[in-house]
Amino acid sequence: MGILDKEFSEGNIVIAKTEDLFNWARLSSLWQVGFGLACCAIEMMATSASHYDFDRFGVIPRPSPRQSDIIIISGTVTLKMATRIKRLYEQMPDPKYVISMGSCANCGGPYWEHGYHVLKGVDRVIPVDVYVPGCPPRPEALLEGLMKLQEKVRNESMVKKSA
Amino acid sequence: MKTAEEIFSILKEKFGDSIIELKSDKPVEPFILTAPLEVDKISIYLRDNSELLFDSLMNLSGVDDANGEKVKDENGNEIIKGGNLSVWYHLESTKLKHKLTLKVSTDREKPEVATVTEAWKCADWHEREAYDMYGIIFLNHPDLRRILMPYDWEHGYPLRKDYQNPEFYQGMKVPY
Repeated sequence: MGILDKEFSEGNIVIAKTEDLFNWARLSSLWQVGFGLACCAIEMMATSASHYDFDRFGVIPRPSPRQSDIIIISGTVTLKMATRIKRLYEQMPDPKYVISMGSCANCGGPYWEHGYHVLKGVDRVIPVDVYVPGCPPRPEALLEGLMKLQEKVRNESMVKKSA
Repeated sequence: MKTAEEIFSILKEKFGDSIIELKSDKPVEPFILTAPLEVDKISIYLRDNSELLFDSLMNLSGVDDANGEKVKDENGNEIIKGGNLSVWYHLESTKLKHKLTLKVSTDREKPEVATVTEAWKCADWHEREAYDMYGIIFLNHPDLRRILMPYDWEHGYPLRKDYQNPEFYQGMKVPY
């Protein structure tokens, strides 16, 4: 859980497990790779803008994969792009997370049958933590996807490997 | 401003047999069928003749007519033998305010069309796309490479009617 519930009634000491503290710090500043692919990227940008304000969750677009924590695959992954996405993902430092946003990135979406150029789901090249359904998903849906990811980070253990 | 009939007679007088026919019985605008290997000279004439002045190539598109013989290959997939691939040119004169549609038909087994990049520079990428999607070879094109598909794509031309998607591309499974 959070660390605020472990506060002493008086004084300014907080007791928490280092694990909780570290997880809380990590989940509160998930920097994302500044990267967008298609119409989902427009919704992602709307999520970043003032009305939905991704920044209140600590999500900042970082224009370098080497200093990012998450990558949001926001749009259609073509075969040509898939090799580049894999490379971006491999350039990110651990621990790293992937949000697959929208039908195209989840499973190919409307291109599932006749999309000769489309990879039918980004999970064929990189491991995905959270799938956000929608075509495209509304900013609220992406925010919920992010909160699901935060939930995952919150329950991670430094010694025990998460599933 | 000239009608398609007037433009056809001007071209017929100049190029003779290279201008094959004017088709106006279709429910689209009338179009002129021309010879695929002469279309480069015709295009420059269309651009420069003071009565025509087609300074703008609005669009260039490839078409698979799929009018050949449908046969099964050794894997049981239906493929098309023979028939035509076509290229359509939509032209406009911004000075004289008239438009024209040109068509060339080429052999599906050896699809070769002369480039019109000499007349209109914008044809460069249009022709690369027609090459990428249909495999139409544009003779004397300055830079005939794939434009949309990966440069190392070896599995054919995806908008042909008998195209078969590959099972894998660079280790990634392609079908759903």
